[in-house]
Amino acid sequence: MSDNILNVSRRGFLQGIVSTGALILSVRLVPEFLWADAPAPGSHADQAVLHPSVFVGIDTDGTVHLVAHRSEMGTSSRTSVPLILADELDADWKRVKLEQAIGDVRYGDQDTDGSHSVRSFYDTMREAGATARLMLIRAAAQQWGVPASECQSNLHVIVHSASNRKAGYGELAAAAAALPVPKKEELQFKPKSAWRYIGKGASSYDLTDICTGKAGYGMDARLDGMVYASVEHPPVLGGKVKSYDEKAPLQVKGVKQTIPIKPFTPPHHFQPLGGVAVIADNTWAAFQGRKKLNISWDNGANASYNSDTYKKQLQETARKPGKVARNIGDVDAAFAKGGKIVEADYYVPHLAHAPMEPPVALADFRDGKVTLWTPTQSPQAVQETVAEELGIPKENVICHVPLLGGGFGRKSKPDYAAEAAILSKALGRPVKVVWSREDDIKFDYYHAVAAMYMKAALDEKGRPTAWLQRSVFPPIGSTFALNTTYGEGGELGQGWTDLPFDIPNHRAENGSAENHVRIGWFRSVANIYHGFAAQSFADELAHTSGRDSVEYLLELIGPARIVDVKASAPEYDNYGGSPQDYPLDTARMRRVVELAAEKARWGKRKMGKGSGMGIAVHRSFLTYVATVVEVEVDDQGEVKIPSVHTAVDAGLVVNPEATRSQFEGAAVFGTSIVRSGAITAKDGVIEQANFHDYPVARMNEAPFETNVYIVDSDAPPAGVGEPGVPPFAPAVCNAIFAASGKRIRELPLSRAGVSA
Amino acid sequence: MIQLKVNGVERSFDGDPDLPLLWYLRDVLGLTGTKFGCGMALCGACTVHQNGKAIRSCVTHMSATAGKEIVTIEAISGNGLHPVQQKWIEFNVPQCGYCQSGQIMQAISLLKEKPKPSDADIETSMSGNICRCGTYQRIRAAIKAAAGENA
Repeated sequence: MSDNILNVSRRGFLQGIVSTGALILSVRLVPEFLWADAPAPGSHADQAVLHPSVFVGIDTDGTVHLVAHRSEMGTSSRTSVPLILADELDADWKRVKLEQAIGDVRYGDQDTDGSHSVRSFYDTMREAGATARLMLIRAAAQQWGVPASECQSNLHVIVHSASNRKAGYGELAAAAAALPVPKKEELQFKPKSAWRYIGKGASSYDLTDICTGKAGYGMDARLDGMVYASVEHPPVLGGKVKSYDEKAPLQVKGVKQTIPIKPFTPPHHFQPLGGVAVIADNTWAAFQGRKKLNISWDNGANASYNSDTYKKQLQETARKPGKVARNIGDVDAAFAKGGKIVEADYYVPHLAHAPMEPPVALADFRDGKVTLWTPTQSPQAVQETVAEELGIPKENVICHVPLLGGGFGRKSKPDYAAEAAILSKALGRPVKVVWSREDDIKFDYYHAVAAMYMKAALDEKGRPTAWLQRSVFPPIGSTFALNTTYGEGGELGQGWTDLPFDIPNHRAENGSAENHVRIGWFRSVANIYHGFAAQSFADELAHTSGRDSVEYLLELIGPARIVDVKASAPEYDNYGGSPQDYPLDTARMRRVVELAAEKARWGKRKMGKGSGMGIAVHRSFLTYVATVVEVEVDDQGEVKIPSVHTAVDAGLVVNPEATRSQFEGAAVFGTSIVRSGAITAKDGVIEQANFHDYPVARMNEAPFETNVYIVDSDAPPAGVGEPGVPPFAPAVCNAIFAASGKRIRELPLSRAGVSA
Repeated sequence: MIQLKVNGVERSFDGDPDLPLLWYLRDVLGLTGTKFGCGMALCGACTVHQNGKAIRSCVTHMSATAGKEIVTIEAISGNGLHPVQQKWIEFNVPQCGYCQSGQIMQAISLLKEKPKPSDADIETSMSGNICRCGTYQRIRAAIKAAAGENA
């Protein structure tokens, strides 16, 4: 890191903002040439006397300002990442003030997705904290005329025990700022035994504000003189406005005017969909004004999109040879040798993210610059998208990130922020664009609909000698490049090309599918449909062979070993994790299966009529998760979920309480997918609109009790936000089979005749 | 002219009587603790108290609030924290937190009516409030703990 820490105090950076003589260092995560152009955010951390990285500043009163550069959407990233820095700095968390970063390349990656906030910034935070701590120690040693090696930190103070002297961080900040920056080789990291926060965690920094209604979400942003806007989007992707009534909306009290927004140029990327905006002096008036627009649309080619027909196409494609994404041995030769052949088709529909806070953005354009407040998972994507739309440099796009009322991947795509920027520029005043729930459901970047075909040959003991699997889905790449119909390595690496089973002949394929709606990341992404097919099929094979599901699953995983996925799947990317730090380790996979089964008392509980347990295991975002679900199915086919037992090996866990919350939440999110989630299109128009026809799990439908068991691990930190989702649906469906004998191969249950 | 009381303050409103209370609170008064989630009384994010009872402000027109006393999350505790808010904090209920104003307002209303609610009572009362992050288990635990302190 020493090579990556620059002394920028002599380079004019932040000049005039900080105190004279203050040392300003920044963790360099970006090419040096970008520095000169980086906007000075003028944050408290930047203005503090001691400011040894972009992530931390220490004031003379001892206040430690930490910058949260990841978006907070409920996963506790905003708390957990700075907590790592605070630990290594040996700071008192009670004296820490968090400030949320604007979008800025200086912070490095700010895309809060892919469950990697802790994983990607664990080392960065520790190095920034250790750097600041060492500078404070050296400043104290210098003042006292003692060797630095005799001084230690002890919760916001530096101590020299031999002479019984101590000094607070605030007292030392100015002197520390005058010292040279230590090299990385000089840093001494705290031993695990001295950790105060890592592994113990902390409550969300915003907890009290949230519970008292004071927390600021994107939806709550306000500026003097702002107007409200609501946009009528083309009902079919790629549709265009032919004509509309400019006058009628003005009859609604509070409506000021209408403004057309041009349609996107394919591929749609994060561009606005186009349509007509209604401007009003409150949100509701803008909603009402839209009803009077009387727009005539040119729907375009995607008006041919019908989910029923499309489903058949996907399923037919899945039954034909596809592109080989992974190959081990020779499945064709093995199938030719015979054995018991088992085949199954699985299907998962489009899903909508439906965060409780719909998309919203406030933009203020003036003098060639635009400032935004918007709940985004990617403020730098906001900068890029808005800059492109307005034709201004991205440095002139300042993106503030309030709290997100949920994200789940939707808020990685800033089309709504671009709408606000375009309208503010057109009107010359601040504009807040608010999406209604109907807009949110009808104009999402949907989770891909997917069809999977599975085929296995079993020997006389029921063990697979060959396993063929094909998945077909409109890929996320279609959002960024035209004519993209095959999944990329990253998508296929999500629970498909990394199947960790010990099978001598195995082939994973992918078929072609065109998109007709916008496709995007959705919490745990392709792992949802891949995990559903693979883990349901494993259970089917267990039952076909008359074997216990857990015992059979462990046999499929096989002996403890490291699986070299790339050897058989060249495009596998392991979630960007190196195979050295994050190998696919079947010992860890076996352990979570055994732990979940043990905690659920698998095979030891007497299950009543209509009750059953199901298990599934899945590695995603470098985390191993096994889930046992208990269900009760009544005579009407109504399903209840009394208990869930989830075992998690996420490597080192910084914030266990927040991690448990994530897995409890994943069970509820998974329940929505299983029970009722389905987005469908008719003539290119999405048929669902709000929570009555796109239901998500409510308290009475959710698991009554989800128990989370975190494996104690020294492996590097992995993801926790998403990995709980993929095993949940197959575990429920496997439990339904155990309880009722009905095999679910298509989601959601409400369409499979099991539950209303 | 519609006269009502919001968080103890007398208010007069002469705008569109069809305006839902939610948008009056948020856009006119700037009381943004009450959230917009669905606009159809399907999610409960907009829950406030009207004369002490939980209502969905997104479908309550201003014309229906005449002479009523409205209390929002901002004023539910008076000074300090309401016991239900305390339990929400103790049990680390929120994830993203967006729905929690509505959840808390609904829970306070429930506990007023049923100081010792059963699991079934809690489900009946709280199932109108959606939490997409899935904090239901902690909501239930926090309500039970708050009820446990009811004399």
